[in-house]
Amino acid sequence: MKPTSYTLDATFAALADPTRRAILARLATGEASVAELAEPFDMTQPAISKHLKVLERAVLISRGREAQRRPRRLEPRPLAEATDWIERYRKIWEGNFKRLDAVLRELKHKQKKTIDALLDEVKPKPNKKRRTR
Amino acid sequence: MKTAALTVTTPSEREVVMTREFDAARGMVFDALTKPDLVQRWLLGPPGWTMPVCEIELRVGGKYRYVWRNAEGREMGMGGTFKEMVRPSRLVATESYDDHWTGGETLVTTELVETRGKTTVSTTVRYATREARDAALKMGATKGLEASYVRLDELFTA
Repeated sequence: MKPTSYTLDATFAALADPTRRAILARLATGEASVAELAEPFDMTQPAISKHLKVLERAVLISRGREAQRRPRRLEPRPLAEATDWIERYRKIWEGNFKRLDAVLRELKHKQKKTIDALLDEVKPKPNKKRRTR
Repeated sequence: MKTAALTVTTPSEREVVMTREFDAARGMVFDALTKPDLVQRWLLGPPGWTMPVCEIELRVGGKYRYVWRNAEGREMGMGGTFKEMVRPSRLVATESYDDHWTGGETLVTTELVETRGKTTVSTTVRYATREARDAALKMGATKGLEASYVRLDELFTA
């Protein structure tokens, strides 16, 4: 399995669910067994197990060696890869949009000047008598 | 002036959504997104790139063509066709890179919503396949690296 090519899709799919994100947040504080994970979420163990399987397939979590509890723990790398990617994407677009801000400022300035000039034209001039032919 | 926050989310495995507010009316923002002489000034990507070619045939079924060039003369081209156009609120276009790094055609939907003189632009990029987004990862990585190198250069010359 190629780590980057398969995990990114699986990572995003796994992260799309709020319960799974909550499980990851819980595991970020330390490893926990299925029973321990099921408790705060008010879900049955089979329901939690389903979510854990998705997270495991995405290699976002792994199982500990301890035979009885098989505690799940967070695997930080794929999560970091996914956020890195979004960060890079964001950096590029932040640059683009900052330049777009500048273009818009200039357009607004030009528009204001045009409007001011038009208003100036229609404004009656105090010292000149204007005739409408 | 404080820069508005850019939100990047991934609502499904094939999509990326970017949302950003701009301090201008919707018609003006639409122009800045679609008039070549304006687009050429901001749609440049990482530092060091310029956009020598920007042709936009602004109508449904019309084509557009962009080419970027970096300081070393490397070029990257991209183009597509407009599928939907509701001025100044909505724009849907296909997007395909010359070297096909996105693994096929991408569909880009741009929506503009104006509130009290400010315009929120949300851009949804839908990649053709799961593999396409992996390619986007690689590209993002390369681009990000280039940008970092430029920043390093700036640091060194400071």
